[in-house]
Amino acid sequence: MRFMMLMIPKGYESAAPGTAPDAKAVAAMMKYNEALQKAGVLLALDGLHPPSMGARVSFSGGKPKVTDGPFTEAKEVLGGYWMIQVKSKAEAIEWASRCPAGDNEVIEVRQVQEMSDFPADVQEAASGFAEMQSKSGQR
Amino acid sequence: MTASDIHRSIDAVWRIEQARVIAGLARMLRDVGLAEEFAQDALVTALERWPVTGIPDNPGAWLMATAKNRAIDRLRRNKLIKRKHEELGREIEADGEGATPDLDAVLDDDIGDDLLRLVFISCHPVLSAEARVALTLRLIGGLTTGEIARAFLVPEPTVSQRIVRAKRTLAEAGVPFELPRGPDRAERLSSVLDVLYLIFNEGYAATAGDDWMRPALCEEALRLGRILAELAPEEPEVHGLVALMEIQASRFAARTGAAGEPILLLDQNRARWDQLLIRRGLAALERAEALGGASGPYVLQAAITACHARARTAAETDWMRIAALYARLVQLMPSPVVELNRAVAVSMALGPAAGLELVDALTSEPSLQTYHLLPSVRGDFLAKLGRLDEARAEFERAASLTRNARERKLMLERAAAASRASPSA
Repeated sequence: MRFMMLMIPKGYESAAPGTAPDAKAVAAMMKYNEALQKAGVLLALDGLHPPSMGARVSFSGGKPKVTDGPFTEAKEVLGGYWMIQVKSKAEAIEWASRCPAGDNEVIEVRQVQEMSDFPADVQEAASGFAEMQSKSGQR
Repeated sequence: MTASDIHRSIDAVWRIEQARVIAGLARMLRDVGLAEEFAQDALVTALERWPVTGIPDNPGAWLMATAKNRAIDRLRRNKLIKRKHEELGREIEADGEGATPDLDAVLDDDIGDDLLRLVFISCHPVLSAEARVALTLRLIGGLTTGEIARAFLVPEPTVSQRIVRAKRTLAEAGVPFELPRGPDRAERLSSVLDVLYLIFNEGYAATAGDDWMRPALCEEALRLGRILAELAPEEPEVHGLVALMEIQASRFAARTGAAGEPILLLDQNRARWDQLLIRRGLAALERAEALGGASGPYVLQAAITACHARARTAAETDWMRIAALYARLVQLMPSPVVELNRAVAVSMALGPAAGLELVDALTSEPSLQTYHLLPSVRGDFLAKLGRLDEARAEFERAASLTRNARERKLMLERAAAASRASPSA
């Protein structure tokens, strides 16, 4: 099963554009990433620039509305993620627990949905969509 | 935490740490069987203590230290105090003195090599293929004998026996716990890669068996491959195997239909291919090629699989390149089955007549006499060339040779279609 470990650094919601973690924190995190890689569980990972460099698109009333960052009303925002492949939720939690995270940081552990997790009707709807995609790709 | 929560956590810690603990112990004890035994002892101790004390900050180091102490205790208690064991005991004590920071250093610096030694010894040529698979899954993968038994559809005692016998064979043969060097290394490495690919294929090719355990076997082989790629990053064939498995695994969701029927590669809905695994596979292939390994058997097979992965539609497949890659592969591993695959690629690239020429050369091949894919492929080429009576005969022959009911039905349908289209009918 696949899990996302979502890094939520408190304070990142108001971080200035270009804010980057300090070298020491990065070094510790690299060591952790290496451990994930050596254990053969790491599938992908990325860090995200602060929300002050991003935007939110909301759909209230059925129309997209763009708000540039930072999002002052947001209580927590993402700082990055790891995608790992493990045998159990407990294993994902164990890996999250080993992260050299700071006082202000939280890691949310969430299982990635697989097609086989869905009921038959949803699977069918999704596969119709997939077929449509591949047909349009053929042209 | 409830008791079952903590047990799940201990399971997770064990899955992460056990191979490293066994590997570290095996180097000290020079005996894989004993190493596993003491590692198990440490796990039992953890299961007793951690529910009370909580999980320690560095559970790996704790397990290793506990296992070492167990080893010393047992060696003393059993009065196995031959000179060798005394020396061993002293060495272990000296090693373990003082020393969480020391242990950390050991874990960080040498454990990679120990783990690689453990991989090599688990796949040692002195063992049968079945024993290599069972030992690798047990010692490196950390699967229980029950899980291995379910995955291979054999009774659990059979697996236990295999593992016990494998450990005994290694001990009796005095197989050293070492990293093979020189020309020996390539051969030993290829044995390791073959074991991993065998595990992967067991999970991938099977249509029967435990639904849950079979995909888990593929995932396990992939995980072991990824670990190996970190342990031996300079070996192109390792990356080749990882690339091959990543790309094949990317097709999981597309390879069976709603009723569980197999869907052939060219008929698969490519939108259901897992792009993350494809990207990982292509990256691993690039790494292998950058290391100058474009000519090893796994790298070549990965390169062929990659041609399919890169094609957005079946029609966009680069068959010329696939045919060329098969030509190199068949030189490297001369096999009628590989040659048959080459014939298919050649027919896709250059037309059915060119494919037929290659297949005709195989019809006298003794090892293919009962292989249903030979008449099936030949029938396909003949049908495309309009030689329908010959095509019908080949499809009927293929139907009589296959043991798969779905395949037989398909072949009989094709035979009937050829017969209907034939002017002589």
